[in-house]
Amino acid sequence: MNLHHHTLTELKALLERGEVSARELADYFLARIERLDGDLNSFVTVTADQARNEADAADALRSEGKAGLLNGLPIAHKDIFCTNGVRTSCGSRMLDNFISPYDATVVEKMRAAGAVMLGKTNMDEFAMGSSNETSFYGPVKNPWDLSRVPGGSSGGSAAAVAARLAPAATGTDTGGSIRQPAALTGITGLKPTYGTVSRWGMIAFASSLDQAGPMAQSAADCALLLQSMVGHDDKDSTSLNRPADNYLADLDKPLAGLTIGLPEEFFPASLDGRIAELTRETARELERQGARVVSVSLPSVKLSVPAYYVIAPAEASSNLSRFDGVRYGYRCQDPVDLMDLYKRSRSEGFGDEVQRRILVGTYALSHGYYDAYYLRAQKVRRLISDDFARAFEKADVILGPTSPEVAFPLGAKKDDPVTMYMADVFTIAVNLAGLPALSMPAGMIDGLPAGVQLVGNYFREGQILNVAHRYQQATDWHRQAPAFGGEQ
Amino acid sequence: MAIDQDTVMKVAHLARLHVSSEQGPALAGRLSDILNMVDELANANVDQIAPLAHPLDVSQPLRADVVEPADLRDRVLPLAAASEGSCFLVPRVIE
Amino acid sequence: MSAWETVIGLEIHVQLATRTKIFSAASTAFGAEPNSHASLVDLALPGTLPVLNREAVNMAVKFGLAVGAEINRRSVFERKNYFYPDLPKGYQTTQLAEPIVGAGSMEVVLDDGSRKTVRIHHAHLEEDAGKSLHEDFHGMTGIDLNRAGTPLIEVVTEPDMRSAEEAVAFARALHSLVTAIGVCDGDMSQGSLRFDVNVSVRRRGEEKLGTRTETKNLNSFRFMEMAIRKEVERQIDILEDGGSITQETRLFNGDTGVSRAMRSKEDANDYRYFPCPDLLPVMLSEEQIVELKNSLPELPAQRLVRFVEQLGLSDYDARILSSDLATSDYFEAVVKLGGDAKLAANWIMGELAAKLNAEEKAIAVCPVSAGHLAELIARLKDNTISSKIAKQVFEACWNGEGSPDQIIEARGLKQVSDSGALQKMVDQIIADNAAQAEAYRAADEGKRKKMFGFFVGQAMKASQGKANPQQLNELLQKALEG
Repeated sequence: MNLHHHTLTELKALLERGEVSARELADYFLARIERLDGDLNSFVTVTADQARNEADAADALRSEGKAGLLNGLPIAHKDIFCTNGVRTSCGSRMLDNFISPYDATVVEKMRAAGAVMLGKTNMDEFAMGSSNETSFYGPVKNPWDLSRVPGGSSGGSAAAVAARLAPAATGTDTGGSIRQPAALTGITGLKPTYGTVSRWGMIAFASSLDQAGPMAQSAADCALLLQSMVGHDDKDSTSLNRPADNYLADLDKPLAGLTIGLPEEFFPASLDGRIAELTRETARELERQGARVVSVSLPSVKLSVPAYYVIAPAEASSNLSRFDGVRYGYRCQDPVDLMDLYKRSRSEGFGDEVQRRILVGTYALSHGYYDAYYLRAQKVRRLISDDFARAFEKADVILGPTSPEVAFPLGAKKDDPVTMYMADVFTIAVNLAGLPALSMPAGMIDGLPAGVQLVGNYFREGQILNVAHRYQQATDWHRQAPAFGGEQ
Repeated sequence: MAIDQDTVMKVAHLARLHVSSEQGPALAGRLSDILNMVDELANANVDQIAPLAHPLDVSQPLRADVVEPADLRDRVLPLAAASEGSCFLVPRVIE
Repeated sequence: MSAWETVIGLEIHVQLATRTKIFSAASTAFGAEPNSHASLVDLALPGTLPVLNREAVNMAVKFGLAVGAEINRRSVFERKNYFYPDLPKGYQTTQLAEPIVGAGSMEVVLDDGSRKTVRIHHAHLEEDAGKSLHEDFHGMTGIDLNRAGTPLIEVVTEPDMRSAEEAVAFARALHSLVTAIGVCDGDMSQGSLRFDVNVSVRRRGEEKLGTRTETKNLNSFRFMEMAIRKEVERQIDILEDGGSITQETRLFNGDTGVSRAMRSKEDANDYRYFPCPDLLPVMLSEEQIVELKNSLPELPAQRLVRFVEQLGLSDYDARILSSDLATSDYFEAVVKLGGDAKLAANWIMGELAAKLNAEEKAIAVCPVSAGHLAELIARLKDNTISSKIAKQVFEACWNGEGSPDQIIEARGLKQVSDSGALQKMVDQIIADNAAQAEAYRAADEGKRKKMFGFFVGQAMKASQGKANPQQLNELLQKALEG
């Protein structure tokens, strides 16, 4: 049986009709990982035994009529989520030996819904990167072209889904870490409204920006996954307490009456014309389905990269202080004193990019610079959020490119962090404002997938999923798969 | 803003990162690039703007004062590089 | 008067008496096996997050209300970043720019009865650190995180105190306040209250404050007083020798009475404070605050006034008895059961306190119940026993021989007030001491007073202390002078 091109939604139907068992699915995808991931490096840890046990349990539950929403569906978790009894490395040497003693809420909820964990996916170290080259476990390759990056930081999840090694995966998005790799690998990924998915057990990068979300082949799949991930968690003070949404109910709703806003700032003169064109073509398709397209303006968005590169490193510098070699994680050999223990454990345990960001953040918070950097960046954040609020008075959904470029060659930007940072320009503003946004494939450029981004107002995940789903009903970009591993 | 190697060393010490004097100049250059990019913030007019820490207007939830068992020693002490007598061990601390 | 004036400000860490930690549900109980009360959050495992304890907030507000402080409707937690092995997250979650309790004040009664107002700059909520254990680890340091995350309020005073006595009086008053309102168990031996003292000196008349030092972590009133005195002496010596004071943090060893500068320099105090992104602003409603205000018990200061105005105690007695909740409850119980207030005060601060002290007992477990003491005082009042006999009865009561009435009865300690019997005794004494009686009669008024004591002594001896002293005096006088 050729199962890997099925979407999660289709696999769910197969399971429900009894045409396949959870155990068969688990074995099938474990075998694919075993056979193909050597080239891709998308998994850091494969939990084969645990997956088979969970699959058997899911099959048993189904036979008892107790199947949950994701019962028997195989998924992969980004290695940023703590998994009880399983190594949780966050892509870092620092946590190479860290076996988490507890589960992240996301992991717990998805398991409770019946999902079967295949393993933990590779990622940029501590989610700091846009190319998946900062991982201690080596770069992840893009299945569309193994000489190129899959994007980051959720590059392992993106590559695994794109290569059909897993039908779906979780990711986290601090400045675009779900959407950008989704765009670069031709899959669909969603970052929810800040506070919608619990951060408990998700190793913090920048607490006020981090948000977990689903990555899969289609918007419908993302809706299914998101449904099982959301909900108030009293272990996370920033988790919102509001009535549950049903993301699946409105997926098919016609788009008539909907207004799509195109922000002029998302189409700068410097933007690759082909990316601009496929984004506009996406707008035309939505228009054909009854939506109205208007122009909106987000004048402060140009400040989002500088604001982000203050806030995120500042919070990270503090969040990463707990990795001190004392209670868990990497400790240097034979420290001569406490200072030596701290400094060597941290500089040997963290990679270059992580150390760079810790230094930038420490500097931005240090005496005399707090007002000029962190406080000012938090004010700019409000300007950006106000821009979006004004735009949402004119439009229901905002559409733009996800990334100004398609997947670039491995190593191309390794020595130029600022150029790498600037490429996050379209995704970062959304995190600063805390809004939900989705990236979906909308065309190919030189044989590589390109994505567009739909940004919704707060809590309108359902609406952007609806727009994306309608788009995917009319197009087949999301069904394109790389000719990877010598097969179709 | 460009930062010099001295500042890099001071900041590295605050962050408890070891930076060798060979790494210093290159690192100072990289960090200066980033800070130069970030300096664009100075152009923003934020005079009357309140900082935004959480995108939504919400306040801190409060937890009931009820004890939950928290003896995790069996699972946690093995994670440490050095422990003894249910304590984590570090090189001697001098106050 | 010294040419130097001492200026003291205090920072007091008050451990709140919550069941669980400020940001986790682990127990705050003292004395458990190391790290057995350290949750995932307290251990700062990756991915863990804080959730604020409601009771810690309530206690901070209660404290603020008790010192007449502004309660900030919005307060914000920040991170104070520094590395230390007993600080597992690498930052302390505390409040800086927007603390929960704003400016307030406390009035303190000093030993000489004078009153002193100490202004409180603010009080903020924060978490305690764990403990570094230096013994038993063969040259290494052991880290125990049971205390990590215990809720504290840090109370910061203005530099309003001018002597060690004033500082200690304030510290004692604060101790009695936080225990009276139930926000702290007050157990100094377990570090429930810890004092940092900021001391500077300046020439009298000088307005500018001198350079101050901070002596950290003093956990007894005695050490605090010693540390301040030593530090004042040290600073004056330096200044008088033409030197200058270095602003520094010092540690005081109570056993040796010696202080020294801390060796670990605190990295020029660059704590990189910023609002904690894992916590949201704490908002308090008017109703919550009113409710907490209504829940406050009578404060020590209010009790002190009542003891003076309603019970007629002196300021001094009232201060001692009102300062400790258990003592004042005991005192009030004795008075309620009919004990004369002044006598009750004397007994509690005298005999009872001495006994408790000698046996290191708390008043809550005092073997002499309030009812017993009230009964004893009643027997004194109605002249059944003399105050000398009362001490015997008290001793017996302490030793569990029964109630004062039972003891008086069993031991036959009733005061002899039968004038016939007393007259007979007086006559016998004068007969036995005829020469002294003769000398008495020949002496002048001044000498007689002294000599009279001899006869009283003889009579008391003969009556085994049971003679009613007033009656005895009258009869003796009549017999000697008659």
